[in-house]
Formats: sequence, C-alpha cells, structure tokens
Amino acid sequence: MELGPYLILGLLEGLVTAAVLSLMALGLSLVFGVMRVVNVAHGEFFMVGAVLAWWIASAVGGHPALGFIAALLLAPPLTAGLAMLADQLVLKRIGYDPERTIVATIGLLYVIQQVTLMTYGPDARPVEAPFNHRLSIPFVEWTESGLAMYWPWGLGTTSYKLAVIAAAVILLTAIWLLMTRTRYGLLMRATQLDRETAQAFAIPVGRVYASVFGLGAGLAALGGVLIVPIQQAHYLMGHDPLLLSFIVVIIGGLGSLPGTVVAALLIGVSDGMISVFFSPTLAKIIATLAVAFVLIFRPQGLFGKRAL
Amino acid sequence: MKKTVHDTSADPARNNKTGDSVIDAAKPSRRAAIKTLAATTALAAAASTMPLFGRYGQVQSSEPIKIGFQVHRTGIGAAYGRWYDRTTKAAVKKINDEGGINGRPVEIVAEDDGTDPKRGAEVVEKMATQHGCDIAFGTLFSHVVIGSAPRAGELKIPYFVVSEGHHVASGMLNRYTLQPGITDVKSQVQAMAPFVNSTLGKKVTMIYPDFAFGHDHRDYFSAAVEAQGGEVVAKIAIPPTESSFTKYFPKIPRNTDVIYHVMVGPAVLTFVKEMGEFFGNSRPEIFGFIDSLEAVDLASPGLEFLEGTYFWEGNPRYAQANQSDYDKAYRAAVGVDANGASLSDSKDVATYAHMFGCWETLHIVKAGMEASGYAGAGDRAKLIEAVESMTSMPHSFAHPQGAKEFNGKTHQTFGHQYITKVTNGKLMLAHTTSIEDTYYPDEVDYTTQSF
Repeated sequence: MELGPYLILGLLEGLVTAAVLSLMALGLSLVFGVMRVVNVAHGEFFMVGAVLAWWIASAVGGHPALGFIAALLLAPPLTAGLAMLADQLVLKRIGYDPERTIVATIGLLYVIQQVTLMTYGPDARPVEAPFNHRLSIPFVEWTESGLAMYWPWGLGTTSYKLAVIAAAVILLTAIWLLMTRTRYGLLMRATQLDRETAQAFAIPVGRVYASVFGLGAGLAALGGVLIVPIQQAHYLMGHDPLLLSFIVVIIGGLGSLPGTVVAALLIGVSDGMISVFFSPTLAKIIATLAVAFVLIFRPQGLFGKRAL
Repeated sequence: MKKTVHDTSADPARNNKTGDSVIDAAKPSRRAAIKTLAATTALAAAASTMPLFGRYGQVQSSEPIKIGFQVHRTGIGAAYGRWYDRTTKAAVKKINDEGGINGRPVEIVAEDDGTDPKRGAEVVEKMATQHGCDIAFGTLFSHVVIGSAPRAGELKIPYFVVSEGHHVASGMLNRYTLQPGITDVKSQVQAMAPFVNSTLGKKVTMIYPDFAFGHDHRDYFSAAVEAQGGEVVAKIAIPPTESSFTKYFPKIPRNTDVIYHVMVGPAVLTFVKEMGEFFGNSRPEIFGFIDSLEAVDLASPGLEFLEGTYFWEGNPRYAQANQSDYDKAYRAAVGVDANGASLSDSKDVATYAHMFGCWETLHIVKAGMEASGYAGAGDRAKLIEAVESMTSMPHSFAHPQGAKEFNGKTHQTFGHQYITKVTNGKLMLAHTTSIEDTYYPDEVDYTTQSF
C-alpha cells in the first residue's frame, strides 16, 4: 500500500482505539481525581460492560440494532451499580486508604474476572453491530492531468467504526458539560479539591464517592459496549486497555479531562501508526518510555496541575 | 523403606497415607517405630510367600489406568479445551464400554493448564507425583507443549500430545513425548503448497500468529512454496493476544495472488471479519488454515466474503458426501451434528479439525498398553517402545479421520489432509492429499535416546 492511504488507515484505526481509550481513561482519571483511589479493577468494568452487552443483546434478539441499543442503555448503569456496591462493601470499609485500596481493587479484579469465567465461560462471543457497511475511502494522486481521485486498494473503514468515534466525541462532551455546568459536577469538583472542607459545607462526600466510582465504571463499561461489535466479549479483554488507560492518565495528568483526551489521542493514534509501520511491541515500548519521561520531566502530566 | 513396607503389606487396600497417619496418631517413640517397622516387614515377607498373595496382584491390576489430561479450560485455548474434553470423554466411554485397557477401566484426571506453559509444566508434575497417573495426555497450544515436555521427560512419564506443532518431530523434545494421533504443521503445510500454487496463485502473502506454531507455518510453508516455484511476497506476524487487526493488512503487497492465513486465540473471528472489511469486494484468492475459524460459526455476520475461499481442515467439519461410517459413528459418539456443531446447541461449533487427535491418541495408548502388557508405572518404557514400533494405522472407528502412518523414530504420525472450499456457506471437500504428500526426511531418532 502507498504511504498516503496507509497513513489514513493507520489514523482511522488509531482514532477508534483512542475513542474507546479516552472513555475508559476518563473513568480511571475521575476516580483517582476525586477519590484518590487507583482502581486496578477498572479494566474489569470494561470487560463486564462487554459481557453484559452480549448477554443483553442475545436476550433481546430480533434486529441486531434492538439488542445493541438495549445493551448501550442497560449495560453501563448495571456496571455502575456493581461498582457502587463494591465501593460500599469494600472501599468504604477500608476508609479509602490509598495503599489499601490498591490491594483491594486488585482483589476486586480477580473476583470479577473469575466470576465472569465461572458464569459466562472462557469463550469470546460476538455481538452483531447495529449497522456495518464498508466504506471505501478515496485518495488523491498526481497524474499528468493534475490531481485525480482514486480508490486505493484496501483503504476503507466501516460505518460502525466511524460511529464509535462519533459516539465517543458526544459522550466526552456530555461528561465535560456534566463536570462544568451541573450541580453534580460542582459537588464532584469540590470534593476533589478538598474533601474535608466539602464535608464541612454539607456535601455528602460518601455519596459523591460512590457515584463517582459508579460513573467511572460506567464509562469503562460504555467503552466495552462500543467495542464489542468490533472485537468480542472475552473474560481477559480488560487487561490491555487497563495498561493503556494508566499510560494515558499518567501522560495526560490525573484528573484532567482535556489531558486525558489529548493523551488518549496521542497513545491511540501512535499505537495504530507505530504498529502499522514497525511492530506492535515497539508501540508498547514507546508508550511506556513516554510514561517514564513524563514522570521524570513533568510528573503532574501534560495538563495536570502541580500538587499543592 | 516405610513406603515399600506398606506397599507390600498384608492389607493392600489400605494406602500409604492411612498407614502413616495411624503411626503418627500413636506418636510412637523411635524404638517403638523401629519395632513396628520390623514387624511389618516380617509380615510382608511372610505374606509374599503365602499362596493368597496372588489375589492381591489381581486387586492391584483391576484398579483403573489413570490418564492425566492436561486441558486448556481457560486462557486463549479454551474453545479447543472444551472440545478436546468432550472428545476425550467420548473416547474413554467407548474404550471402557469395550472392556477398558488390559481389562482395567480407564480414568481421566483432568487438570486445567490455563493455556500457559508454566502452568502446563506444573500440571504434568502434579499428574506424575500427586495423582499417580500412568501417562499424561492432551493439550494443543505448542508453547504449552514445549513448556511441559521437559518436565515430563525428567519425571519419566509418557506425554502424549495432540498439538500439531512440529516440535515433536523436529527433535526439540524428548523420548517421553509422542504425537501419534495428529499430524504436524510441517507435513500439513508441505502438502498444501502444491495445491495453493497450482490452483490459486504463485505469489503468496502469509499471515500467522507470532509464536512457535505460527513460525512453523512461516518456515515450512515458505520452503514448500519455493520448492514449487512460487514465492512468499510478505510474511506478517501478529501476536496471538492481539485484538485489532486492520492495522496489519496494509502490509499485504498489492501483487499478492493468494492470502495464506492462520490465526489462533479468542479474537480469530475479528481477524477474519476485519480481513473481509479490508478487501471489500476486491479480494485476492484466500487460503486459510481452519484454525482461523475453529469453533466459530461460518454463518457469523461479516464472514460472507469467504464464499469461494479455501481452507485446510485436519478433518472436515461438515459431513461430506463421501462421509465414512467411521466418521458418522465418531460424530455421534462425541455429540457433533452434520454441520460440526454440538447436538445440543447449534451455535456451539466444534474444533472438529483438531479434536479427532484426542480420540485417536487414546486408542493408540490402548493399543500400546495392550501390546506391551502394561501393568503399572514400571512399564512406562515398555509402553513407549510399543508405540514406537507401530507403523500403519488403518482407517477405522479408532482412526475416524483416516489412515495414518506412524514414524516411531520421530514420534510423529502422518496422514491425509483435507482442503475444503466454502460453498453456499458450508465447507465442501475439494481435495484430499495422499499420506505420501506429507512426508519429509527424519530430523531425529528418539529411539536412540535412553529412558
């Protein structure tokens, strides 16, 4: 394939990765920003979203769009409910202590993963996309008569992949509005800024914590539902996105929405490009190296604020 | 010392463990312990000279033959594991219904290896030392086999694998590891190359998983294609844990006549679907190993583009027009319908191209144990020698996939390969290779290694 079309294809694939990654990393970032909890089980909420999507879609039946829409509406709230339950049963009991929550969420990771294995099983199962048409993408080249359009071999994407990118943009905008324009967003930001003062101003910190943990998990689950028609639901699928989310959050700056989005784009697109031109292993090496450099030269992340 | 005493004691029904715990419970002094030992030794010596002792020999040998079954219950090989398990159970049921092995029933001790080499070695060790298995058997993924075989060799437990990797015949493993029930990748791809070159095209792009099994494909298929006057124009390795594939396809050169694909892991359906989306309606010829779609319903949305493409199958998933009575009986025994899916769930598609290997291997174990008069772990070397001396295995209910020729020196079996074409959404037989097509010169002689 020629360089130009090759780049476009790498870019499109990277954008799909970035779309899902930004939703997931945003959840991770919110949970850390507000609760100071490093949620190692975050990847499992992504997986639970995908697995629930399969369950709901196969229970609904009929046209694939019906099942998918039902999954999109039901799976994230259900996952959020599960996360809030975990918050109340586990994280609250250990007082959100930073070290102990890491260990607790590692435990949560294994519990969720193994329960899925015991109930859903070890298979990868597909959910049919609501719509999926192949779209050929034209490209331009210089010919004797000037610029001409042509359709390079293999350059294309699907309508569903474009829809995933669009959905991520809409959802990210919605989260941004929620954070900046609503009372709930205000409570969240206040809790993030100073937990004790917030409590002194009668902000129900406990409930804010539970809902933020739920929201974070719900965002991961949304990512899972969106990706499942492209990939398949599998009990081990949470592992890679979790690592990438940590990378994104560290590079972007914990608790910063624009930072998360920019870092997700950077990691997603560069992962697509480097994998295409060199090797997927090199893409991971470079991403990890970037984390190391960010930690050395700008520990607060690209967009993060320096801790007081 | 203590162990021998109890093994030959007058009460063989009482096992070592209970014997030990009785002594422990009494908390004896050292002198008392020595006295007891001496007394039991005397008793045992007396027992062995008594005429009744023969009876205990009989009791011993009607105990079940324990076959340790290393199975991919979890991890990326789980779909194979599920069907290897069902096939194994069906084969054991048949063998037991027909009177077992040497008059003894067969018992399967299954243990999950998690499709992980480290765990695989632990499982083999557990079977040898903890479960007291006579042999170890099973498992598909080549990295698990390569990780487990050295441990089997150290523990001197015969390890019958159903993995199709070339690692057995290449001489990489040891005398205790055998692959008598399934052909290896080298012979498979070598037999495919003439068909691919003459029917589909000369310029081939290979897409394969980036681990031992995929490397076997890469190395032996490239060599075989070049021997045919063809050319491999690109080799694209993909990590088996990859979940998104479109980014690899631009590496396919424009002048490719044929795509040769083989993929494993939970994301195989995504792989094939994205390949279809990449090509749109201008695909080259496509030849795949069914591994890319094992346990996947061919009617899954997004696979329509496969119509008219070809697949290697170890054993045709769909019942063919020339289906043998053996295949019919084997299908019924395992619980697979004419479309290669479970009789109880038409969405649960079998790993039909591979799992026959479990059925055939267990029958070979039976034949080997009977030929060697296998009585217990002490006869393991005799069992291996008996299997090594096997040659022709005719097409039969014990070998439903077809006739086989076993090479005792390389511990590897050779057999027919099937090429099917996707026709109206089903895999229909297009070509059957001869066994001779799959031969290559020996690379090792395991029989020269000591036990």
